[in-house]
Amino acid sequence: MSKVHVTTSVNGDEVEFLADPRETLLDCLRDHIGLTGSKEGCGTGDCGACSVTLDGALVCSCLVLGVEADGKRVETIEGMADGAELHPLQRKFIEHAALQCGFCTPGILVAAKKLLETNPNPTEEEVRYWLAGNLCRCTGYDKIIRAVMDAAAELRQEAA
Amino acid sequence: MRYHTPTTFEDAAQLAARAKGLTRFLAGGTDVLVQMRAGMVQPDDLIDLKKIAGVSEITATDDGGWRIGVAVPGIALGAHEGLCADWPGVVEGMELVGSTQIQGRATLTGNLCNGSPAADSVPGLVAAGASVEITGPDGTRTVPVEDIPVSPGKTALEAGELISAILLPPRGQNAGDAYLRFIPRTEMDIAVVGSAVSLRLDGDTVSDARVALGAVAPTVKLVPEAAEAIIGTTLDESALEALAKAASAACSPIDDKRGTVAFRTEVAGVLTKRAALIAKARAKGDTA
Repeated sequence: MSKVHVTTSVNGDEVEFLADPRETLLDCLRDHIGLTGSKEGCGTGDCGACSVTLDGALVCSCLVLGVEADGKRVETIEGMADGAELHPLQRKFIEHAALQCGFCTPGILVAAKKLLETNPNPTEEEVRYWLAGNLCRCTGYDKIIRAVMDAAAELRQEAA
Repeated sequence: MRYHTPTTFEDAAQLAARAKGLTRFLAGGTDVLVQMRAGMVQPDDLIDLKKIAGVSEITATDDGGWRIGVAVPGIALGAHEGLCADWPGVVEGMELVGSTQIQGRATLTGNLCNGSPAADSVPGLVAAGASVEITGPDGTRTVPVEDIPVSPGKTALEAGELISAILLPPRGQNAGDAYLRFIPRTEMDIAVVGSAVSLRLDGDTVSDARVALGAVAPTVKLVPEAAEAIIGTTLDESALEALAKAASAACSPIDDKRGTVAFRTEVAGVLTKRAALIAKARAKGDTA
């Protein structure tokens, strides 16, 4: 099995790795680059725990091959905070206690960030539909939705 | 597994034609990678089509229609104003496939080639009269979308052949289309029944129509009898009843945990009536 040399940008840094062409982008992020924030829940694109953006598009990294990321721009949960400064979404998830076990949280944060970049003023219904591909088995979603709405309001500089 | 990145469809077809073992083409990957993961499919050769020029583009054709590249993801269809204005039913069918994340990758061509009778984007394409350009080792041919699926998971594509574009005809004036599906929840599910209607009006009278059903037969199917039930009518109550009856009569569904034969057959009629009314409203300029 010949490996393929992949060059890609991850959170703004150029990275190179050798990928077995069967390995997913999620495998490559976790096992070759050591970025273990993206999680594998289902491995079949149902749960969203592995959400990343690829050239700006929100995708499940378990449904992308590592070799497909060659020459692309990948953004993961590790690129969300600015040093020690949490992104408003991260801060609001803590304030609202919008997580219990936390396994789904990185994927939800990445997905919610993309939502607020696309639509800074979503309705609750729009947030729920956008995040329909991010499964959480702990919270019942309510706190997650509230945290996203609150972060959106803060980013718009309104009080929620 | 050998991973190939051809830069032309001709090269992709040649690669597939020469391959000895199992071959898969890769566009969005939202079916292929799941099948690989489940061990259902272990390709010897995986042919990634995304390095071929134009595969991620939606372009207006000279005749006023649209050419949609094989790697255009769902999210790009919904973001394309011209396509949404011409073929909202096609776009809304694709947008029902999976989550936001899936929309970032999944393609019309992949949904068609996966061969599911419940594929949400396919009835809209069939109702629209869309065709596909197929490239094979011996050249290209153009085939109506309804002739591609032949049974669950099987298509009419021959060894070495692949779809190289989806072609939508010119929409023209006073026309509209719509797709509706039934699922027992609001999101992230597979159609129990899907129905698409495309029609053209002459005044208030339907002058032309095409109706396609999903998830009620071994393949998505075109239902000419349903179209005939409304052509020449104003979609009055009796025409809608005749439409529902013809749609239901065309059903030969399976009975499973998601829907019984009786339920799918009745719902096919109900959804087709509703889709026809939405298509009519769009033909009259309703942009909702």
